[in-house]
Amino acid sequence: MQFQKLRDFISNKFFVIPEASSSPERYKALRRNITILMLFVTIIPLALMATINYYQYKNSLQSEVINPLRILTNKTKLSFELFLEERISTLKFITSAYSYEELNDENIINDILIVLKKEFDGFIDIGLIDDKGIQISYAGPYSLEEKDYSNQPWFHKVILDGDHISNVFLGYRKFPHVAIAVQSYSDDSCCWMLRATIDTKKYNELIAAMQLEPLSDAFLVNNEGILQTRSRLFGNELEPCPIEIPVGGGETNIIEATDNEGNEIFIAYSHFVDTDYTLVVVKPSSLILKTWFTFRTEIFFIFVGSVLIIMIIVFKLTDIQVNRIRQAEEKHELAFRELEHSQKLSSIGRLAAGVAHEINNPLAIINQKAGLLQDILTSGSGSSNSERLLKVTQSIVQSVDRCSVITHRLLGFARRMDVEYEELDINEVINDVFGFLDQLALHRNIKIERKLDDSLPKISSDRGQLQQVFLNILSNAYAAVDEGGSVCVESYPKGEENICIAIKDDGKGMSKEEMSRIFEPFFTTKIGYGTGLGLPITYGIVNKLGGKISVDSEEGIGSTFTICLPLKSKSIKIENNE
Amino acid sequence: MEQIKILLVDDEKEFVETLAERIKLRNHKAEVALDGEEALKLLDDDIPDVVVLDLKMPGIDGMEVLRRIRKAYPKVQVIMLTGHGSEKHEIEAKELGAFEYLQKPIDIESLLKKVKLAYRNKFEKSMVAATFAEAGEFDTAKDILKEKDKKASKRKNRV
Repeated sequence: MQFQKLRDFISNKFFVIPEASSSPERYKALRRNITILMLFVTIIPLALMATINYYQYKNSLQSEVINPLRILTNKTKLSFELFLEERISTLKFITSAYSYEELNDENIINDILIVLKKEFDGFIDIGLIDDKGIQISYAGPYSLEEKDYSNQPWFHKVILDGDHISNVFLGYRKFPHVAIAVQSYSDDSCCWMLRATIDTKKYNELIAAMQLEPLSDAFLVNNEGILQTRSRLFGNELEPCPIEIPVGGGETNIIEATDNEGNEIFIAYSHFVDTDYTLVVVKPSSLILKTWFTFRTEIFFIFVGSVLIIMIIVFKLTDIQVNRIRQAEEKHELAFRELEHSQKLSSIGRLAAGVAHEINNPLAIINQKAGLLQDILTSGSGSSNSERLLKVTQSIVQSVDRCSVITHRLLGFARRMDVEYEELDINEVINDVFGFLDQLALHRNIKIERKLDDSLPKISSDRGQLQQVFLNILSNAYAAVDEGGSVCVESYPKGEENICIAIKDDGKGMSKEEMSRIFEPFFTTKIGYGTGLGLPITYGIVNKLGGKISVDSEEGIGSTFTICLPLKSKSIKIENNE
Repeated sequence: MEQIKILLVDDEKEFVETLAERIKLRNHKAEVALDGEEALKLLDDDIPDVVVLDLKMPGIDGMEVLRRIRKAYPKVQVIMLTGHGSEKHEIEAKELGAFEYLQKPIDIESLLKKVKLAYRNKFEKSMVAATFAEAGEFDTAKDILKEKDKKASKRKNRV
């Protein structure tokens, strides 16, 4: 229902072209409709294609770019974890390989540090801490013996978990480093631990190994959002990270976000399992989607360019097309006028013979009566003459009247061809036309039946044009019937707005094929003497007057032409509206 | 001057009656028929010398009346007088043996002139025929009387 309404609305709004031919509005509307339609059918598929391309390309590009990012992030995280694991294992090995007493020996612990530094990257110092948190033995560049760690949170964590990797801190050493502590599980003593610090240089090396593009960034951040390594974008170690990283999950995730400068970025992050580190890789979308942006710009320009070209072509084409239609219609109208004119001339020609006959008869009477007058006057006898003279002159006057009726009709018929509306009685028009044809009917013994409805309202139409219409159809009817045939004319109202005139003959009728062609110009069954213009012209006139003409015929039985005319002609209505 | 018997056939009553009256004023006999049937009936009763015949009439039209007159009364001269001035009709009428084809309106003197010519034509033919008949050449006499018909039929064949 809604769809139907919409369609009606659209068709009413856009596809109604004013009927009045050759008005500029009509061509404007035509031009508008063709343009809209053509733009619609060309631009919609283009836009659709561009949009689909856009999204498909975007998706494929994203997966192509994002997957490697995910893999890289994951790999690097594993490297980090491996690195830390290695360090913890080393310390654990030391705690089980050496006893508390051995480690308490300064020389031994120094030896161990030397070996560690040699074999493993990043160790700075190493210290032995007893169960009260006091560092009782230390090897390294600082003198941190007897330092009390019992208040530090990591100390308790080590006691609980067995090992601990701290966040990056500056500590006494004033450069970023990480402390690793493991608890000893040896049987002979309890609860001492080994603590070592590692330089974060190794962290930076691991990140550098990712070989990121210059605009990208990768760093470690702890659960509090403090940077653990230097970030190219967000500052140095131990500064808070301005972007928020979602917590939880061991796997690598990628999210889209905007940085504090409003640039779109991709963030790949992966939480470490054992420590509260998160590896974050930041890539600006522009970098990832550089090709995408190029593509998007290309597609945009191609689309805009195509639309522009289409529009130019559509406008040009429509212009040419509408102008052609206009020219064709003007030509058609001109041709129709000429046709109408020539048909009028031909019907006048056809009439002429009949009219001449009609005029000649009263003229012959006048002639004879006048001659008789002369005869009487020259013989000049008798008093009864005055009465005879009166009769003769009366007869002359009557005959002259007859002539003038005929000539007036003929003049009326030959009048100008433009439509001129007046209030007229259709029956009167029909009777007028019969006046032309009475003689013909009489001589051919055609029975005329007139069933004219006297109560018909007057219609507003053109008398001359209607006369031509009825004359054409009636002369066809007369031509179709045999001697002694009959023609019936009936007028009747149809609805509130129309009146109809049916002209029925019992002549030879028409075949279906003929019937379908009778309104075509130059189609004629009167080969040799028909112009083939009568009915097309009639059709044209009836249309012009806002009426309709239809035909019904059966071969051998007869034909009926029905003409329906509006009480008020359409073109008048239009004029009134404007 | 001898009196010519004229039959006037026309459906225009005013015209034909006035014409008859004027012909009578000129000392000829004139009878009036308003259509073809009446004309043929009058012909049966009293054979006129000349028939003045209209072409377009209700019922039997002038051309048919002419045909029948020429068939039944070859001696009767027929002058066509009509408002219809088509050449086609004129040729047809002449072929059928009409003496003359005249167009309305015509003044009475010209009409009477033609009537007299027609009468003389008939008379002359009769005289020639009579001469031949007296000489015993009945065939030639018949030929003369039917000459016009032959001519007409010949012309028809040519056409």
